[in-house]
Amino acid sequence: MTAKIILRDQEYEVRAGQNVRSALKKLDIPAESVIATREGELITDDEIIREGDVIKLVAVISGG
Amino acid sequence: MKCRKCSQKAVINMRQHKLGLCKDHFLEWIPQQTQRFIEKYRMFTPEDNILVAVSGGKDSLALWDILHRLEYKADGLYIGLGIDGGSGYSDESLRCSQQFAEVRGLKLIVVDVKERYGSTIPELAQKTARGRDKPCSVCGLSKRNIMNRVARQQGYDVLVTGHNLDDEAAVLFGNTLNWLGGYLQRQSPVLEADHSGLVRKAKPLCRFYEREMAAYALLRGIEYIYEECPHSVGAKSIYYKELLNRLEADRPGAKLHFYLSFLQAKENGLFAPPEIETQDLKSCVSCGQPTTAGELCSFCRLVELDYAVSR
Repeated sequence: MTAKIILRDQEYEVRAGQNVRSALKKLDIPAESVIATREGELITDDEIIREGDVIKLVAVISGG
Repeated sequence: MKCRKCSQKAVINMRQHKLGLCKDHFLEWIPQQTQRFIEKYRMFTPEDNILVAVSGGKDSLALWDILHRLEYKADGLYIGLGIDGGSGYSDESLRCSQQFAEVRGLKLIVVDVKERYGSTIPELAQKTARGRDKPCSVCGLSKRNIMNRVARQQGYDVLVTGHNLDDEAAVLFGNTLNWLGGYLQRQSPVLEADHSGLVRKAKPLCRFYEREMAAYALLRGIEYIYEECPHSVGAKSIYYKELLNRLEADRPGAKLHFYLSFLQAKENGLFAPPEIETQDLKSCVSCGQPTTAGELCSFCRLVELDYAVSR
Protein backbone atom coordinates (compact mmCIF):
# COMPACT_ATOMS: atom_id res chain seq x y z
CA MET A 1 0.00 0.00 0.00
CA THR A 2 2.39 2.72 -1.14
CA ALA A 3 2.32 5.93 -3.13
CA LYS A 4 4.86 8.56 -4.15
CA ILE A 5 5.32 12.17 -3.26
CA ILE A 6 7.61 14.22 -5.50
CA LEU A 7 9.11 17.59 -4.62
CA ARG A 8 11.50 19.06 -7.19
CA ASP A 9 14.02 16.23 -7.83
CA GLN A 10 13.26 14.39 -4.56
CA GLU A 11 10.99 11.37 -4.58
CA TYR A 12 9.51 9.94 -1.37
CA GLU A 13 7.63 6.70 -0.85
CA VAL A 14 4.67 7.12 1.50
CA ARG A 15 1.97 4.92 2.92
CA ALA A 16 -1.41 5.06 1.17
CA GLY A 17 -4.52 5.51 3.29
CA GLN A 18 -3.34 8.62 5.13
CA ASN A 19 -4.14 12.19 4.17
CA VAL A 20 -1.72 14.56 2.45
CA ARG A 21 -1.17 16.71 5.54
CA SER A 22 -0.17 13.74 7.63
CA ALA A 23 2.20 12.43 4.95
CA LEU A 24 3.84 15.85 4.62
CA LYS A 25 4.25 16.10 8.36
CA LYS A 26 6.06 12.77 8.46
CA LEU A 27 8.35 13.96 5.68
CA ASP A 28 8.93 17.23 7.60
CA ILE A 29 7.66 19.29 4.67
CA PRO A 30 5.62 22.30 5.90
CA ALA A 31 2.24 22.04 4.17
CA GLU A 32 2.14 25.84 3.90
CA SER A 33 5.22 25.81 1.67
CA VAL A 34 3.78 23.59 -1.05
CA ILE A 35 0.73 22.92 -3.19
CA ALA A 36 -0.18 19.28 -3.73
CA THR A 37 -1.33 18.10 -7.15
CA ARG A 38 -2.56 14.73 -8.40
CA GLU A 39 -2.94 14.03 -12.11
CA GLY A 40 -2.44 17.73 -12.77
CA GLU A 41 -5.25 18.82 -10.42
CA LEU A 42 -4.79 20.74 -7.16
CA ILE A 43 -5.86 18.79 -4.10
CA THR A 44 -6.46 19.88 -0.52
CA ASP A 45 -4.40 18.52 2.35
CA ASP A 46 -7.27 16.44 3.77
CA GLU A 47 -7.28 14.31 0.61
CA ILE A 48 -6.60 10.63 1.26
CA ILE A 49 -3.60 9.24 -0.63
CA ARG A 50 -4.58 6.15 -2.63
CA GLU A 51 -2.38 3.23 -3.54
CA GLY A 52 -0.21 4.01 -6.55
CA ASP A 53 -0.88 7.76 -6.36
CA VAL A 54 1.83 10.10 -7.57
CA ILE A 55 1.45 13.37 -5.66
CA LYS A 56 3.52 16.18 -7.14
CA LEU A 57 4.28 19.11 -4.88
CA VAL A 58 4.72 22.63 -6.22
CA ALA A 59 7.08 24.66 -4.04
CA VAL A 60 5.64 28.10 -3.40
CA ILE A 61 8.36 29.95 -1.50
CA SER A 62 10.32 32.46 -3.48
CA GLY A 63 12.40 35.45 -2.64
CA GLY A 64 15.88 36.56 -1.97
CA MET B 1 -13.24 19.04 1.48
CA LYS B 2 -16.06 20.87 -0.26
CA CYS B 3 -16.28 24.41 -1.59
CA ARG B 4 -17.94 26.74 0.93
CA LYS B 5 -19.92 28.37 -1.86
CA CYS B 6 -21.17 25.54 -4.07
CA SER B 7 -20.27 22.21 -2.43
CA GLN B 8 -18.12 21.13 -5.39
CA LYS B 9 -14.76 19.63 -4.50
CA ALA B 10 -12.42 22.27 -3.04
CA VAL B 11 -9.00 22.77 -4.65
CA ILE B 12 -7.61 24.95 -1.86
CA ASN B 13 -8.04 25.11 1.87
CA MET B 14 -7.20 28.49 3.38
CA ARG B 15 -6.97 27.47 7.01
CA GLN B 16 -6.45 31.04 8.24
CA HIS B 17 -9.93 31.91 6.94
CA LYS B 18 -11.44 28.44 7.54
CA LEU B 19 -12.32 28.62 3.86
CA GLY B 20 -12.16 25.93 1.20
CA LEU B 21 -13.02 26.88 -2.40
CA CYS B 22 -13.41 25.12 -5.74
CA LYS B 23 -11.44 26.32 -8.77
CA ASP B 24 -14.14 28.64 -10.14
CA HIS B 25 -14.94 30.26 -6.82
CA PHE B 26 -11.28 30.65 -5.89
CA LEU B 27 -10.54 32.37 -9.22
CA GLU B 28 -13.45 34.69 -8.54
CA TRP B 29 -12.55 35.29 -4.87
CA ILE B 30 -8.94 36.43 -5.45
CA PRO B 31 -9.78 39.41 -7.71
CA GLN B 32 -12.71 40.37 -5.45
CA GLN B 33 -10.45 40.42 -2.41
CA THR B 34 -7.75 42.30 -4.32
CA GLN B 35 -10.29 44.99 -5.19
CA ARG B 36 -11.27 45.16 -1.52
CA PHE B 37 -7.63 45.70 -0.46
CA ILE B 38 -7.06 48.31 -3.19
CA GLU B 39 -9.99 50.28 -1.81
CA LYS B 40 -9.28 49.66 1.88
CA TYR B 41 -5.73 50.99 1.65
CA ARG B 42 -6.61 53.63 -1.00
CA MET B 43 -3.98 52.26 -3.35
CA PHE B 44 -5.21 53.70 -6.66
CA THR B 45 -8.33 54.31 -8.70
CA PRO B 46 -9.48 53.26 -12.20
CA GLU B 47 -8.32 56.67 -13.46
CA ASP B 48 -4.71 56.09 -12.44
CA ASN B 49 -1.99 54.91 -14.80
CA ILE B 50 -0.40 51.91 -13.14
CA LEU B 51 3.00 50.38 -13.73
CA VAL B 52 3.35 46.75 -12.60
CA ALA B 53 6.87 45.59 -11.74
CA VAL B 54 7.04 42.22 -13.48
CA SER B 55 9.71 39.62 -12.78
CA GLY B 56 8.25 36.65 -14.65
CA GLY B 57 7.43 35.00 -11.31
CA LYS B 58 4.04 33.85 -10.06
CA ASP B 59 3.23 36.87 -7.89
CA SER B 60 3.89 39.68 -10.34
CA LEU B 61 2.24 37.91 -13.27
CA ALA B 62 -0.77 36.96 -11.12
CA LEU B 63 -1.02 40.59 -10.00
CA TRP B 64 -0.93 41.87 -13.58
CA ASP B 65 -3.57 39.31 -14.56
CA ILE B 66 -5.85 40.39 -11.69
CA LEU B 67 -5.48 44.12 -12.42
CA HIS B 68 -6.19 43.45 -16.10
CA ARG B 69 -9.33 41.49 -15.18
CA LEU B 70 -10.42 44.29 -12.84
CA GLU B 71 -10.00 46.63 -15.85
CA TYR B 72 -7.31 48.85 -14.40
CA LYS B 73 -4.94 50.63 -16.79
CA ALA B 74 -1.84 48.62 -16.00
CA ASP B 75 1.35 48.34 -18.07
CA GLY B 76 4.27 46.10 -17.12
CA LEU B 77 7.94 46.87 -16.46
CA TYR B 78 10.48 44.09 -16.78
CA ILE B 79 14.09 44.70 -15.74
CA GLY B 80 16.64 42.42 -17.40
CA LEU B 81 19.20 41.73 -14.70
CA GLY B 82 21.52 39.54 -16.77
CA ILE B 83 21.47 36.63 -14.31
CA ASP B 84 22.25 33.29 -15.84
CA GLY B 85 23.28 30.92 -13.05
CA GLY B 86 23.53 28.03 -15.50
CA SER B 87 19.78 28.00 -16.10
CA GLY B 88 19.37 31.12 -18.22
CA TYR B 89 17.33 32.61 -15.37
CA SER B 90 16.89 36.13 -16.80
CA ASP B 91 16.24 34.89 -20.36
CA GLU B 92 13.53 32.56 -19.12
CA SER B 93 11.89 35.16 -16.89
CA LEU B 94 11.84 37.62 -19.81
CA ARG B 95 10.27 34.98 -22.04
CA CYS B 96 7.49 34.30 -19.47
CA SER B 97 6.81 38.03 -19.07
CA GLN B 98 6.76 38.73 -22.82
CA GLN B 99 4.53 35.76 -23.54
CA PHE B 100 2.11 36.84 -20.80
CA ALA B 101 1.90 40.38 -22.24
CA GLU B 102 1.56 39.25 -25.87
CA VAL B 103 -1.29 36.81 -25.19
CA ARG B 104 -3.27 39.54 -23.40
CA GLY B 105 -2.27 42.43 -25.66
CA LEU B 106 -0.65 44.33 -22.77
CA LYS B 107 2.22 46.80 -22.92
CA LEU B 108 5.51 45.58 -21.43
CA ILE B 109 8.41 47.99 -21.00
CA VAL B 110 11.76 46.18 -20.97
CA VAL B 111 14.89 47.75 -19.48
CA ASP B 112 18.01 45.68 -19.95
CA VAL B 113 20.58 46.62 -17.32
CA LYS B 114 23.56 45.54 -19.45
CA GLU B 115 22.34 47.51 -22.46
CA ARG B 116 21.49 50.59 -20.41
CA TYR B 117 24.39 50.65 -17.95
CA GLY B 118 27.06 48.51 -19.62
CA SER B 119 27.15 45.68 -17.06
CA THR B 120 24.84 42.98 -15.77
CA ILE B 121 23.82 43.02 -12.10
CA PRO B 122 26.32 40.28 -11.14
CA GLU B 123 29.06 42.22 -12.98
CA LEU B 124 28.12 45.48 -11.26
CA ALA B 125 28.06 43.70 -7.90
CA GLN B 126 31.52 42.24 -8.43
CA LYS B 127 32.95 45.75 -8.53
CA THR B 128 31.57 46.80 -5.16
CA ALA B 129 32.36 45.82 -1.59
CA ARG B 130 28.64 45.41 -0.78
CA GLY B 131 27.97 42.98 -3.61
CA ARG B 132 31.14 40.98 -4.05
CA ASP B 133 29.88 37.95 -2.13
CA LYS B 134 26.23 38.16 -3.09
CA PRO B 135 24.66 40.53 -5.62
CA CYS B 136 21.25 40.75 -3.88
CA SER B 137 21.73 44.14 -2.27
CA VAL B 138 23.09 45.70 -5.49
CA CYS B 139 20.19 44.05 -7.34
CA GLY B 140 17.59 45.53 -4.97
CA LEU B 141 19.21 48.98 -5.11
CA SER B 142 19.31 48.92 -8.93
CA LYS B 143 15.72 47.68 -9.33
CA ARG B 144 14.37 50.36 -6.98
CA ASN B 145 16.19 53.09 -8.86
CA ILE B 146 15.15 51.87 -12.31
CA MET B 147 11.52 51.32 -11.29
CA ASN B 148 11.29 54.85 -9.88
CA ARG B 149 12.98 56.36 -12.90
CA VAL B 150 10.81 54.63 -15.49
CA ALA B 151 7.58 55.28 -13.59
CA ARG B 152 8.36 58.98 -13.20
CA GLN B 153 9.73 59.54 -16.69
CA GLN B 154 6.79 57.83 -18.34
CA GLY B 155 4.17 59.55 -16.21
CA TYR B 156 2.74 56.65 -14.19
CA ASP B 157 0.75 57.53 -11.07
CA VAL B 158 1.66 54.46 -9.10
CA LEU B 159 4.10 51.57 -9.21
CA VAL B 160 2.70 48.26 -7.96
CA THR B 161 4.65 45.20 -6.90
CA GLY B 162 3.60 41.60 -6.32
CA HIS B 163 4.68 41.39 -2.66
CA ASN B 164 2.47 38.86 -0.90
CA LEU B 165 1.81 38.39 2.81
CA ASP B 166 4.68 35.93 3.23
CA ASP B 167 7.07 38.52 1.78
CA GLU B 168 5.71 41.20 4.09
CA ALA B 169 5.70 38.93 7.16
CA ALA B 170 9.29 37.82 6.47
CA VAL B 171 10.48 41.43 6.16
CA LEU B 172 8.56 42.36 9.30
CA PHE B 173 10.07 39.40 11.15
CA GLY B 174 13.61 40.38 10.12
CA ASN B 175 13.10 44.03 11.00
CA THR B 176 11.58 43.12 14.37
CA LEU B 177 14.42 40.74 15.24
CA ASN B 178 16.78 43.65 14.73
CA TRP B 179 14.41 46.40 15.94
CA LEU B 180 14.97 48.44 12.82
CA GLY B 181 12.65 51.29 13.74
CA GLY B 182 13.01 53.22 10.51
CA TYR B 183 12.16 50.22 8.36
CA LEU B 184 9.26 49.23 10.62
CA GLN B 185 7.89 52.74 10.38
CA ARG B 186 7.99 52.65 6.58
CA GLN B 187 6.58 49.14 5.99
CA SER B 188 3.08 49.58 4.65
CA PRO B 189 0.69 48.46 1.87
CA VAL B 190 1.19 51.93 0.33
CA LEU B 191 4.37 53.98 0.24
CA GLU B 192 3.66 57.60 -0.50
CA ALA B 193 6.03 59.49 -2.80
CA ASP B 194 7.47 61.65 -0.03
CA HIS B 195 10.17 63.08 -2.28
CA SER B 196 9.92 64.51 -5.76
CA GLY B 197 12.28 61.84 -7.10
CA LEU B 198 10.06 58.98 -5.97
CA VAL B 199 6.88 57.46 -7.30
CA ARG B 200 3.97 56.25 -5.16
CA LYS B 201 4.11 52.48 -4.54
CA ALA B 202 1.44 49.95 -3.62
CA LYS B 203 1.28 46.22 -2.86
CA PRO B 204 -2.21 44.93 -3.73
CA LEU B 205 -1.35 41.29 -2.85
CA CYS B 206 -0.03 42.07 0.62
CA ARG B 207 -2.78 40.13 2.38
CA PHE B 208 -2.64 36.94 0.31
CA TYR B 209 -0.51 34.00 1.36
CA GLU B 210 2.22 33.03 -1.10
CA ARG B 211 0.53 29.66 -1.45
CA GLU B 212 -2.66 31.34 -2.66
CA MET B 213 -0.81 33.28 -5.34
CA ALA B 214 0.91 30.12 -6.57
CA ALA B 215 -2.49 28.38 -6.67
CA TYR B 216 -3.98 31.32 -8.55
CA ALA B 217 -1.19 31.26 -11.17
CA LEU B 218 -1.49 27.49 -11.61
CA LEU B 219 -5.28 27.48 -11.85
CA ARG B 220 -5.26 30.40 -14.31
CA GLY B 221 -2.69 28.58 -16.44
CA ILE B 222 -0.16 31.40 -16.13
CA GLU B 223 3.28 30.21 -17.21
CA TYR B 224 5.76 31.62 -14.71
CA ILE B 225 9.40 31.02 -13.92
CA TYR B 226 9.39 28.22 -11.38
CA GLU B 227 13.11 28.15 -10.72
CA GLU B 228 14.39 30.46 -8.05
CA CYS B 229 16.97 33.15 -8.73
CA PRO B 230 20.29 31.25 -8.39
CA HIS B 231 21.55 33.93 -6.00
CA SER B 232 18.66 33.46 -3.56
CA VAL B 233 20.05 30.19 -2.20
CA GLY B 234 20.51 30.66 1.54
CA ALA B 235 18.72 34.02 1.55
CA LYS B 236 17.56 35.17 4.97
CA SER B 237 14.10 36.03 3.66
CA ILE B 238 13.55 32.42 2.58
CA TYR B 239 14.73 31.16 5.96
CA TYR B 240 12.29 33.51 7.71
CA LYS B 241 9.47 32.35 5.47
CA GLU B 242 10.20 28.74 6.32
CA LEU B 243 10.21 29.54 10.04
CA LEU B 244 6.92 31.40 9.75
CA ASN B 245 5.39 28.52 7.80
CA ARG B 246 6.28 26.14 10.61
CA LEU B 247 4.49 28.43 13.01
CA GLU B 248 1.55 28.66 10.61
CA ALA B 249 1.29 24.87 10.42
CA ASP B 250 0.66 24.72 14.19
CA ARG B 251 -1.31 27.94 14.43
CA PRO B 252 -3.29 28.64 11.26
CA GLY B 253 -3.58 32.37 10.75
CA ALA B 254 -0.39 33.22 12.69
CA LYS B 255 1.29 34.92 9.70
CA LEU B 256 -1.79 36.95 8.83
CA HIS B 257 -2.27 37.98 12.44
CA PHE B 258 1.40 38.98 12.77
CA TYR B 259 1.15 41.31 9.77
CA LEU B 260 -2.31 42.75 10.40
CA SER B 261 -1.70 43.38 14.09
CA PHE B 262 1.51 45.18 13.12
CA LEU B 263 -0.41 47.46 10.75
CA GLN B 264 -2.99 48.07 13.48
CA ALA B 265 -0.33 48.80 16.09
CA LYS B 266 1.29 51.26 13.71
CA GLU B 267 -2.03 52.99 13.13
CA ASN B 268 -2.50 53.17 16.90
CA GLY B 269 0.77 55.05 17.19
CA LEU B 270 3.06 52.30 18.48
CA PHE B 271 5.89 53.73 16.43
CA ALA B 272 7.05 57.28 16.90
CA PRO B 273 6.60 59.71 14.04
CA PRO B 274 9.56 59.38 11.74
CA GLU B 275 11.48 62.41 12.99
CA ILE B 276 14.24 60.01 13.93
CA GLU B 277 14.57 59.08 10.31
CA THR B 278 13.99 62.46 8.76
CA GLN B 279 17.49 63.05 7.66
CA ASP B 280 18.54 65.80 5.35
CA LEU B 281 17.44 64.27 2.07
CA LYS B 282 18.94 65.76 -1.05
CA SER B 283 18.15 65.05 -4.66
CA CYS B 284 20.70 63.08 -6.65
CA VAL B 285 22.12 65.40 -9.33
CA SER B 286 22.00 62.59 -11.87
CA CYS B 287 18.63 60.84 -11.39
CA GLY B 288 16.76 63.16 -9.01
CA GLN B 289 15.98 60.44 -6.49
CA PRO B 290 16.57 61.07 -2.77
CA THR B 291 19.96 60.53 -1.24
CA THR B 292 21.52 61.22 2.12
CA ALA B 293 25.10 61.40 0.98
CA GLY B 294 27.01 63.49 -1.55
CA GLU B 295 25.71 64.65 -4.88
CA LEU B 296 25.06 61.20 -6.35
CA CYS B 297 22.77 58.52 -4.92
CA SER B 298 24.12 55.03 -4.24
CA PHE B 299 22.91 53.64 -7.55
CA CYS B 300 24.36 56.44 -9.66
CA ARG B 301 27.65 56.16 -7.76
CA LEU B 302 27.62 52.45 -8.55
CA VAL B 303 27.14 52.90 -12.29
CA GLU B 304 29.65 55.76 -12.39
CA LEU B 305 32.18 53.52 -10.66
CA ASP B 306 31.48 50.79 -13.18
CA TYR B 307 31.98 53.21 -16.05
CA ALA B 308 35.27 54.44 -14.57
CA VAL B 309 36.54 50.90 -13.98
CA SER B 310 35.71 49.67 -17.46
CA ARG B 311 37.20 52.67 -19.25
